[in-house]
Amino acid sequence: MKELVVISGKGGTGKTSVVAALARLAHASMLADCDVDAADLHLVLSPTVGPAHEFSGRSQAVIDADRCTGCGLCVEHCRFAALALNPARVDSIACEGCGLCVRICPVEALRMEPVVNGHWWLSETRWGPLVHARLGVAEDNSGKLVALVRNEARRVAEERGLDFMLVDGAPGIGCPVIASLSGASMVLLVTEPTVAGRHDLGRVLDLVRHFHLPFAVCINKHDLNLRQARAVQTEAEAAGALFVVPIRYDRAVTDAMVAGKSVVDVTTEGAAADLSDLWLHVSTALAEVVRGTETEQGK
Amino acid sequence: MRVAVASGKGGTGKTTVAVNLAWAAVQDDLQVQYIDCDVEEPDGALFLHPEIGSVLSVDVPVPTVDEDVCTHCGVCSDVCAFRAIAALPTTVLVFPELCHACGACTMLCPEHAITEVPRRTGELRIGSAGPLRVVTGVLDVGEAKAPPVIRAAKQHIDETADLVVIDAPPGTSCPVIDSVRGADLVVLVSEPTPFGLNDLRLAVDMVRALGLPLAVVANRSDIGDTSLREYCQEQGIEIVLELPFDRRIAEVYAAGGIVVEGLPEYGVHFRELRRRLGVLAAESVS
Repeated sequence: MKELVVISGKGGTGKTSVVAALARLAHASMLADCDVDAADLHLVLSPTVGPAHEFSGRSQAVIDADRCTGCGLCVEHCRFAALALNPARVDSIACEGCGLCVRICPVEALRMEPVVNGHWWLSETRWGPLVHARLGVAEDNSGKLVALVRNEARRVAEERGLDFMLVDGAPGIGCPVIASLSGASMVLLVTEPTVAGRHDLGRVLDLVRHFHLPFAVCINKHDLNLRQARAVQTEAEAAGALFVVPIRYDRAVTDAMVAGKSVVDVTTEGAAADLSDLWLHVSTALAEVVRGTETEQGK
Repeated sequence: MRVAVASGKGGTGKTTVAVNLAWAAVQDDLQVQYIDCDVEEPDGALFLHPEIGSVLSVDVPVPTVDEDVCTHCGVCSDVCAFRAIAALPTTVLVFPELCHACGACTMLCPEHAITEVPRRTGELRIGSAGPLRVVTGVLDVGEAKAPPVIRAAKQHIDETADLVVIDAPPGTSCPVIDSVRGADLVVLVSEPTPFGLNDLRLAVDMVRALGLPLAVVANRSDIGDTSLREYCQEQGIEIVLELPFDRRIAEVYAAGGIVVEGLPEYGVHFRELRRRLGVLAAESVS
């Protein structure tokens, strides 16, 4: 199966809008929204939402106040400042679920309990099934939820015989992004022509090269600053990008989003034409990357 | 006053608001500190160009096993909730990137064969841009966990400063929570689009779960639709600043400039923002 993961380093560069457009242009594909912290893909794909499944990414310490003698051993050894006395309590947001307190409590006043800290759904869009999720408020472990979304999406794709999976990745360079990259055939980086866009692209380029993944770059709203756009292009090519495709600034993209659509749903001109060009590049490069991997495996 | 600037959605103008809030205060001769806690993509320095006085490594403790003492009993693997240490029949493997530094293996090893050694995950760059003191947390590329770098950056907060601006990462999960904890007020920067509103709702829920007072800045307030304003009204959240879509702001930003320097007419907006945040923070205390 071919897997394209779209990430951006910097937020707000248009990653999800690009994914939504590619979803339509690719027709039947498997879709996965790994931006579980701020999942927005469903807002433009208007899916028929399937039943909610619970996600438990961790366990958490629970204290039995009746048994607690207030000795303070747990408070002293908790590295996350998650325990307090008088009254004995656990800060459920600070607790990372290591379980040290449970093991050292001399009177067994603490126990671990699994926490539901997110939900995920298998939904149906016009362009293919979509696995999406929402992390509970003020929860961590988004990396685990991302891994779950990916694995579920892969399972559904196999079940339904879909050979292309499109993944909306997370922003940044930390644990959720790293989790969304595992198993990618190719990575598409969406950036913008600003100093911040360039700087963040540099960091995310280092990340994809760290994992030896083939990648391409798309410069969104490239005409907002042509000088920065040229600099981005040069840097991306020097870093070994398979291709660099510009997309023009087009208010129709925002208008379409406000209407709950992708720009390629409403027009074939302007940014929509650039996105079609991007899809042509992506599909060609993916076919080559996959053929390359198969040849290598054949050896 | 300690203000954390956050946003559910990335790219809404969080850094622009944080940088200009800080810089407008410096222009008024206040003692200001800017703490960049968006350690995965720390961009504040691209606009502030601080001179770096010192660079400090951020280390987290990870276990190391003394093989001469280890009896391969397997207690360390059993007690590790994060599968970061695996006791095999003849050796013990440590996976530093999975380790949460909880200390369980070190403390519970019956042979005392485990000690903790520091492992670098990022750095702090401490410096100043004119009178503005700047602390930038930077997570090393390839490292998964931002919170230790964020916590280290926040240890450099100067309680005596008139204004401390914390630039938080986007999203609603652990790095954001570590960044906004302890703030007198959280400013959420959003834009009036379906993505902006959806992500703002999540961010509001997060800030409320932490019990912190909050306010909203509506950036590019004239694009999109009216749903952001309606949501804030319904929730009783004050929109403390509306910035219109102004191509000149986009140009100043793209080139790495500070808006209140390049477009001085915006100075009044960021002064008014600071005044209003002061009022809201004081109200929440009383």
